[in-house]
Amino acid sequence: MTSLYETVSPPPGDDVPTNRINLTVNGQLRTMDVEPRLLLVHLLRQGLTLTGTHTGCDTSNCGACTVLFDGRPAKSCTMLAVQADGHSVQTVEGMATSSELDPIQEGFKEEHGLQCGYCTPGMMLAAKALLERNPNPTEDDVRWALSGNLCRCTGYQNIVKAVLWAADKMRAQQN
Amino acid sequence: MYPSRFAYDAPKSLAEAIAILDRNGGEAKVLAGGQSLVPMLKLRFAAPERIVDINALPGLDYHRLDPDGTLRIGALCRHEDLEYSTILPGAFPTLAEAAALIADPIIRTRGTFVGSVCHADPQGDWAATMIALGGRIVAMGPKGRREIEMRDFVLGPFTNALAYNEIAVEAVIPAARGTARGGYLKLERRVGDFATASVAVALDMSGDTVTRAGAAMAGVGGRTIDANEAMSVLVGKTLTEESIAAAAKAVAAAADPRTDHRGDLEYKRHIVSTFVTRILTKIASTEQKAA
Amino acid sequence: MALDELKIGGMGASRRRVEDNRFIRGKGRYVDDVVLPGMLHMEILRSPVAHARIKSIDTSAAWEVPGVRLVLTGETMAARNLAWMPTLSYDTQAVLATDKVRFQGQEVAAVIADDPYVAKDACSKIVVEYEQLPVIVNPIQAQDPASPLIRDDKANQTSNKVFDWEIGDQAATDAAFAQADVISEVDLHYPRSHPSPLEPCGSIADYDRSTGKLTVYMTTQAPHIVRAAVAMVAELPEQMIRIISPDLGGGFGNKVPIYPGYVISILASILTERPVKWIEDRTGNLISTGFGRDVYLKGQLALRKDGRILGMRMHTVSDHGAFYADAQPTKFKIGLMHSTFACYDIPAAHLVSEGWYTNKAPGGVAYRCSFRVTEAMFFQERMIQNAAYDLGMDQAEFRRINLVKDDMFPYRTAFGFLTDSGQYQKCLDLGLEAIGYSTFKQEQEEARKRGKLLGIGISTMTEPLGAGNSREYDIIGIKMFDSAELRVHMTGKAILRTGAKTQGQGHETTWAQIVAHELGIPAEDITVEEGDTDTAPFGMGTYASRSTPVAGAAVAMVSRKIRAKARKIAAHLLEVSEEDIEWELGRFYVRGNNERGVTIQDCALAAYSNVPDGLEPGLENNAYYDPPNLTWPFAAYICKVEVDPETGVWDVLKFVAVDDCGVRINPMIVEGQIMGGLTEAYAMASMQYITFDEEGNCIGANFMDYLLPTAWETPGYELYEVVTPCPHHPIGAKGIGECATVGGPAAFVNAVVDALQHTGVRNIDMPMMPNRVYQALTTGKNVSGMPPVLAG
Repeated sequence: MTSLYETVSPPPGDDVPTNRINLTVNGQLRTMDVEPRLLLVHLLRQGLTLTGTHTGCDTSNCGACTVLFDGRPAKSCTMLAVQADGHSVQTVEGMATSSELDPIQEGFKEEHGLQCGYCTPGMMLAAKALLERNPNPTEDDVRWALSGNLCRCTGYQNIVKAVLWAADKMRAQQN
Repeated sequence: MYPSRFAYDAPKSLAEAIAILDRNGGEAKVLAGGQSLVPMLKLRFAAPERIVDINALPGLDYHRLDPDGTLRIGALCRHEDLEYSTILPGAFPTLAEAAALIADPIIRTRGTFVGSVCHADPQGDWAATMIALGGRIVAMGPKGRREIEMRDFVLGPFTNALAYNEIAVEAVIPAARGTARGGYLKLERRVGDFATASVAVALDMSGDTVTRAGAAMAGVGGRTIDANEAMSVLVGKTLTEESIAAAAKAVAAAADPRTDHRGDLEYKRHIVSTFVTRILTKIASTEQKAA
Repeated sequence: MALDELKIGGMGASRRRVEDNRFIRGKGRYVDDVVLPGMLHMEILRSPVAHARIKSIDTSAAWEVPGVRLVLTGETMAARNLAWMPTLSYDTQAVLATDKVRFQGQEVAAVIADDPYVAKDACSKIVVEYEQLPVIVNPIQAQDPASPLIRDDKANQTSNKVFDWEIGDQAATDAAFAQADVISEVDLHYPRSHPSPLEPCGSIADYDRSTGKLTVYMTTQAPHIVRAAVAMVAELPEQMIRIISPDLGGGFGNKVPIYPGYVISILASILTERPVKWIEDRTGNLISTGFGRDVYLKGQLALRKDGRILGMRMHTVSDHGAFYADAQPTKFKIGLMHSTFACYDIPAAHLVSEGWYTNKAPGGVAYRCSFRVTEAMFFQERMIQNAAYDLGMDQAEFRRINLVKDDMFPYRTAFGFLTDSGQYQKCLDLGLEAIGYSTFKQEQEEARKRGKLLGIGISTMTEPLGAGNSREYDIIGIKMFDSAELRVHMTGKAILRTGAKTQGQGHETTWAQIVAHELGIPAEDITVEEGDTDTAPFGMGTYASRSTPVAGAAVAMVSRKIRAKARKIAAHLLEVSEEDIEWELGRFYVRGNNERGVTIQDCALAAYSNVPDGLEPGLENNAYYDPPNLTWPFAAYICKVEVDPETGVWDVLKFVAVDDCGVRINPMIVEGQIMGGLTEAYAMASMQYITFDEEGNCIGANFMDYLLPTAWETPGYELYEVVTPCPHHPIGAKGIGECATVGGPAAFVNAVVDALQHTGVRNIDMPMMPNRVYQALTTGKNVSGMPPVLAG
């Protein structure tokens, strides 16, 4: 419910509908009562304090809110939280283990694939989805797969290099 | 941006979904991919009392060919399923080319073909391909099933022919008689941009002769433009420089663009003509190579 | 024995970024990530119309919505003398409208509620009655004496003019034109653009009645300026105001001005005694916060047949929207527009500028730009290319003739700037070779046979980065210097704070490299902090590529102060006189005996444990750096495009960037800045602009209509470097952040115009959308100047 925001207020009145949902976030099963109009991105950010998922445009253009929904990239500002009932969501916070970064995260640091960092979680998750489908992408494949995510700082060239760096590393790990 | 308040159901069966729509008498809205609806809720351009989420309905996420080659696309088939489809490229080249040009790659994982057609955006790509291919929509309602020809389905901008208690469950696209040829070209300024102009062309060919010719356009009118009649100049002909030019001229004349910051109407008409020419010329050269 | 500077992450190391460790884990902390106990949420109701008198505002239904805590209107603000606020250009701006709305998107009311969904619900229940007034959407309309007066709130305002400004020698320029063989003319518009950092603006105001302390988390590039302004506007004691600018999701100049939302959230927190969060949505960001550009140019060059430029004239007309809210050095009404042509040897020049109010969003901010230099260099390079055409001369050769030569430095420009260093011709030649200039004509011929048109565009420029000096540069009277404070701890580790504020430039990484260079303390041992006015020394913030030229210099200077003190301690430890101490990276030693030495870490320990008599203990200091001059980086950007004449679609075949920004602290980060800047240049050249219909409706109010390029369209870049150290900067560095955005656009436009040159076309205004290119190509006429005002 949007009363996720209410740290000191009474819960909303009976006329406010809420739905109980069960979802898996970064491998953990969560149960929450939410108002249907609550956007998935707000459930993650406000309800679960997973603030690595950002909002940048509100109109489904920028991809800063990209998460993996049942393994496929989705813009969480363009989904309702109730839609996640029975599904799994992965956010940037679920990419690394406590000791090990995902090769994509490493690639972004190694190749200077980020500046302000705001688009980075969405970019990395879109890249993760790409590499799962295509472990050996060309530069054009990467540019195409990331064309639903906007970056204002890097000019994309280093983001592309970062993803190719990660692909190389992941292939090397396979062998 | 935050949607206004609504109630929500995620029915597990089609009958239940239709019953909910029926009970709510036009105040409920179907949510499939949600890639147009949710932004409209956020902008508060849409404020339904109830959302009926059909994503939990079983068995609608298919696209498959009937034995006679007819293509059936279920209501939960996502754009991405079509983009990576192995059955489209040979049999439905128009759809195969359009699939990669829908919105952007992330939206394509959620948005649905049928939902996009129902949205009836004058700039929608899929509606144009459906018209060019002579497709139809299967609707289910309290009174059962009915099929609506695509040319009758889109009534105007953002308006379709579904009754408030009907759900579009499937798109049906007939197989080509003979060889399927076609293409889709779109002038967009960047990935995900609305089309300045786009053209869908679909031909049935027997040898080097065109037996059926379809075309439709997006972005160049207050609704999806049906140019099938204009394309009929090609029927019974081979693709020559002359016949291609006649088709391009006829299709461009059918466009009804208006001047805006994307370009003036003459420019948009010119793009339509150029795109028709390019698609047909490419088909002609493919035919030549095949021969 | 000296340390290997690259190994300790010193100058010249492409050190991987420290800040990335949190960003790649999703652990950045942007304003919207901050949650305070009991926090309320604010939404702003904006005007749907561009110019109207407010007849009434009825908020009663909004108060009725459960969860609403406060509804604010202009009337409530006025009761506390907060309905208007000063801008950074000595104008005033409405916080919440009282009398009129003057642009679409202007702030009319605000609702503070338990959650933002409810606040939005309540906003939609506020009823405002507007009496519509005629709308002015461009400076031509504004100039009409019969046009309505937009700023009727200002006592002495009798027209819509904001300012007149003039510089240069008119008589000398007229004389030069009288002697010209050829006069080349350009008439164009640099369209309105919006910086659009991916994170919109926002604030969380937290007023604590019990202590009287106001803490504001804010998306600001200049927290100390905000603190001063809040002290003045809200009449709060400055020491009780704490502005925290946490991680910023980009800035690009958009986060320099002070916006009404910040002020409203502050008052709301004072009234509710609860923290109040305001996060702007993208539409709010695009239609109300600082835009860039929107300047019209009429430019003329007086030319001699042999290719020499004799004189230059410019007349600019700028559209400032409803409030003059640029962040601008006080003395220069149209910013540093007069830095135009600084890289060319021109004897006489004259510039006349006028600014106008219109019913559009306020701004004219420096969007990745040092105060209008982006327009200045774009105008310059468009004029240069067309002058070459008008003379029938090769465009590279024409530049060669007129560029300032290496032996002419220091060079005084016609408008009085002093450029001090550069190797302009070397940069140009490097770029020409990389792009394949010598074989281009042949390539162009071959492409014509395929039905494609090729063009090559060059843009060469130097620009003034790093304001001040403080004699000439101030913002609302505050002199433009900057600061650094360095505390070296007992164990030789250190914390550095500056008055700048990183937004992605990587200060946490690069500032430590400067300290490492100066002191030999490994960069990884130095923590860098910025953005909290309670802890950071006073500074003017980060914009206009001034961080490295000013704050970066302060970092070097404070490190040298620390080294000077450490030298005294070293002398004490080594039991020799200070004069006998030599320095090498990381250690002092006794002259003539390199073996006998102490490290900087030894000195740090001694500063707290073994201080010589008469010396203050501790190893901490600060530095305030007032630069003697601006820094003058140079760039040569060269672009090769292919135009499809059937559609007007153009593609970049190759882009070469040669940058001379002096000594590079971190080459990896410098290259990142260049590629990012080039992409903003490409964006403006190809798609990114804000326009309005005749009723003042913003076309471009969201990212569906305001187009930003994706990875797919954006070209790749080839980068080259030339290094001419800045003679006055302590580490020889020059600014770089904005160079590519400043110089880049002309390279793209020049390339497309070059491809169309045979048709007689001499200009296509940005953005060069396919329809504009096609129009130019088919008519052979320029697509220039005042854009047609479109029906709504």
